[in-house]
Amino acid sequence: MLATKDVKQLISEHEFLRGMDPKHIATMSEFAKLKVVHENEYMFRIGEEADCCYLIRDGCIAIEVRHPSRGPVTIQTLGANKVVGWSWLTEPYKWQFDGRALALTRGVCLDSKQLREACEKDHEFGYQLLSRFVPVIADRLEATRIQLLDLYAP
Amino acid sequence: MNSPIADPMLPRPFRIQSVRKETTDTFTFELAHPEEGSQNGFEPGQFNMLYVFGVGEVAISISGDSAEPGKLIHTTRAVGTVTQAMARLKPGQVIGVRGPYGRGWPIDDMQGQDIVVVTGGIGLAPLRPLLYRVLANRGRFGRVVLLYGARTPNDILYKKELERWRGRFDMEVLITVDRSTGGWRGHVGVVTQLISGAPFDPYHATAFICGPEIMMKYSVDALTKRGLPSERVYVSMERNMKCAVGFCGHCQYGPKFVCKDGPVFPFTEVKRLLDIWEV
Repeated sequence: MLATKDVKQLISEHEFLRGMDPKHIATMSEFAKLKVVHENEYMFRIGEEADCCYLIRDGCIAIEVRHPSRGPVTIQTLGANKVVGWSWLTEPYKWQFDGRALALTRGVCLDSKQLREACEKDHEFGYQLLSRFVPVIADRLEATRIQLLDLYAP
Repeated sequence: MNSPIADPMLPRPFRIQSVRKETTDTFTFELAHPEEGSQNGFEPGQFNMLYVFGVGEVAISISGDSAEPGKLIHTTRAVGTVTQAMARLKPGQVIGVRGPYGRGWPIDDMQGQDIVVVTGGIGLAPLRPLLYRVLANRGRFGRVVLLYGARTPNDILYKKELERWRGRFDMEVLITVDRSTGGWRGHVGVVTQLISGAPFDPYHATAFICGPEIMMKYSVDALTKRGLPSERVYVSMERNMKCAVGFCGHCQYGPKFVCKDGPVFPFTEVKRLLDIWEV
């Protein structure tokens, strides 16, 4: 197991948290742990408690939803330097999709309950964190809208 | 240099040498002029008017290698009356060809730059000649990045070529599909999402984009966000072309004729028009 110092280093290097105040990085490293998901394993399943926010270092996670007749359908894939999961941000704090590793995926898991508590306790930290999440959410919403257009349809 | 065209409205008969089925609705013709050694020089990004006798004429980008002017390659999607009739043609049959026409990609002016190609669907076809030119002169350019989006894995064009390019050490090929099917293990999402993580230096890069207009618009937004100014972006516009030489006005796009002033435009020339409905 890596020491807190090493996890702190990994967090501070992640693209998503670039420019974050070192004291906030230190806060997160208190409740961060390494996460490894092997190929085809699920990082999380729909309906389960969204207990983690994942910072992917390498690998690839497919965000899937089950279609009644077509089985699992991949909506999006997220790879290195991406953040996975914001279900922990809003009630009922349950995963809304499945997350399956398409390849060996390594990253850092931030305990979501403690993240929320840290946001509540230190609003500056909360603001810094959310100001990183909002552009990610906006980008993914924009991408989903473009996807809905089915641009390359005959 | 392109050879002068005697009568721009007169098609020349070309024989279909081969037909390759690329996807369920897309096929590639290799054409040859009956006169042996006939040269059909073109610049990457230009197009020809292909005439199916008795049916009609349609503008199709040239998708072959401009260094091999004896071979005329066109990749076409069967979506309309003429292209569906084209899809029924067999090797040995004859098709009319006028061209080449239009302004191509200004690739030779971009030496020393990173080359970023962003494309979706059949938009890869008009950019393939540009990639051939760049790869044939690889040492003159910086990093070469191809970002390609398709509807599904089954709709990916030039699969073998993409695999070959992907295997090169001097080129980055990132592919995504809008919808995953079967055993696809690659990226899922729109092509614009590949831009943020693509390996190029935005301060020394030029981007070439071809695809549906909305895709091009959002691609430019994503490139700009990366720091690549829109002045260094070129796009290929598609309009229904008739005469192909700027006489009929059929392909008028604001103050421009796509056939004559384009199809390739600096993005800054068409930026304003992309936001207007029914230009």
